[in-house]
Amino acid sequence: MSAVVISAENLTKRYGRVVAVDGINLAVRRGEIFGLLGPNGAGKTTTILMLLGLTDVTAGRIDVLGFDPVRDPLEVKRRIGYLPDSVGFYDNLTARENLRYTARLARIDRSEMDDRITSALARVRLDQVADRRVATFSRGMRQRLGLAEVLLKRAEVAILDEPTSGLDPQSTYELLEMIRGLKADGVAVLLSSHLLDRVQSVCDRVALFHRGRIALQGTVADLAREVLGGGFTILVEARGTDTAALAAIPGVRQVTDEGDGRFRLMADADLRSEVASRIVSGGGTLLRLNMLDPSLDAIYARYFEGARDAA
Amino acid sequence: MRRKGSPWTGLAPVFLKELADHLGSARMRVLEWLVLLTGIAAVYTAIREIGTVTAQDPFLLLRLFTHARDPLPSFVSLLGFLIPLVAIGLGFDAVNSEFSRRTMSRVLAQPIYRDALLVGKFLAGLGTLAISLVALWLLIVGLGLLLLGVPPSGEEVLRSFTFLVVTLFYGGVWLAVAILFSVLFRSPATSALCAIGLWLLLTILWPILVPFVVQAIIPPDPAAIILGVSSLEQIELQQTLARLSPNTLFGEIVLALLHPSTRALGLVFPAQLQGALLGTPLPFGESLLLVWPQITGLIAAVILLFAITYVSFQRQEIRA
Repeated sequence: MSAVVISAENLTKRYGRVVAVDGINLAVRRGEIFGLLGPNGAGKTTTILMLLGLTDVTAGRIDVLGFDPVRDPLEVKRRIGYLPDSVGFYDNLTARENLRYTARLARIDRSEMDDRITSALARVRLDQVADRRVATFSRGMRQRLGLAEVLLKRAEVAILDEPTSGLDPQSTYELLEMIRGLKADGVAVLLSSHLLDRVQSVCDRVALFHRGRIALQGTVADLAREVLGGGFTILVEARGTDTAALAAIPGVRQVTDEGDGRFRLMADADLRSEVASRIVSGGGTLLRLNMLDPSLDAIYARYFEGARDAA
Repeated sequence: MRRKGSPWTGLAPVFLKELADHLGSARMRVLEWLVLLTGIAAVYTAIREIGTVTAQDPFLLLRLFTHARDPLPSFVSLLGFLIPLVAIGLGFDAVNSEFSRRTMSRVLAQPIYRDALLVGKFLAGLGTLAISLVALWLLIVGLGLLLLGVPPSGEEVLRSFTFLVVTLFYGGVWLAVAILFSVLFRSPATSALCAIGLWLLLTILWPILVPFVVQAIIPPDPAAIILGVSSLEQIELQQTLARLSPNTLFGEIVLALLHPSTRALGLVFPAQLQGALLGTPLPFGESLLLVWPQITGLIAAVILLFAITYVSFQRQEIRA
């Protein structure tokens, strides 16, 4: 198991009487993409600001690469690249000038500054527009410029707040690819999003936020097993078969007839080939056979359904 | 718990960037032309007047600053009016524009403290003011040399240079006011309106209000009413209250520095004038001593306003 780069214990933030973040525990390891997921106002951004030392911590302990962001924010911020929610740049300056300002603030050595800026811009494919004013940039280009800033700092940890919000599908795809690129460089990535399915594909592990608490934490597969009952859901569309025949397959726990020759099977394992051979050998016609991947949306919806019922 | 690292980390990049922004901005260009044109107009009329009337004046250069002729006010009173406007123009959106452009969290995520950002912005505003003022000062001295043909004496240069420095502090007060409002209000329009409102209050309304306030606090004593004059306490209170306005302080400093014959700024009793040669100029050191409290007051106002700004900025939440 690789080294933990961010750890938070019992982290709490109160604004007056309102508890924004309520005693959360987190551990992000080197080289993984960790997703903070949850609806708006669940405490994701507040958690991120506390990790960066940009807002006071009410209670709890944080360790970022061996430094405490409350006492030593400069060392922490030197090592972390941060892409804020809907990032802004100085519109009157060009992309290159904006990055140069960041580079000076981050005290990057003057001799290598220009090379690092050029290569960072090239990696996010903004090298063609490097000397255009940021005022002319689209939202997707601004997000990419924000990512270039993270690359420029050669950060060990990248914290990205809602990196894909407000982007069209093409830009989202490109940005997620670039985030995967960061991971390939060995950077630990912590990203937050309220769009569960979008980021599901890139995250190694996720934490689901709900009202300032982490409701669930782990890999998507773990969470699916925990919340959805660990089963496999198989969708079958066939003619000449019935519920009884499908339920008789060993390993099938439950069969729901959805009408019009469509069935939903809950099974203990991936039984697609058994299902297919049973239907065909029984003289039926198999029209469609599909296994559903566990989706974060389903996990989230199911979990909070359960939580609401319990309450 | 102490935080580690120097608060000045990153001050230089912030200062240079803000200074470059100020000097290149259209807003600055407009303000510069405003100051420049009014300044030249005032000085030009003063030169024509001086050339014909006061050939024997030992402080010709200073006359350039203070000479007034209808309908134009003197250069210093124009400056007293315009400098706050320039300073407010430089500072009213210093902090809140970072929020509205959504650059604040990105900049503060770099390894700097908030101190560096605020101090850098303030110093850049002050630097811009200093550059404009020095240029203006040189322009006037140059015009004086060219058009009057009399080289200024060392004392004149010293007095007018001190005046320059004091003007910078006077601008600093209004810059600090503007930056304070830019921290307190998220909307640049609100902060500009509040800063200009405060300026109008202290410059125009305060001198009108002060006598009424004094009457309310100290009722006039009957003897004074019969004589038709104010009592001693009333006059002293009136002066104290008037000095709450940086405008009054600046006016008094200008009076003492640029009119060397000024001997006192408040009430003077005949006994105090015994042995004095009325109308003869004071040496520079004495003039400076006369307005030293006013100068300290201006500097103190800058520091106080900046401290309030600093505290409220440190307590502000960064998320927009």
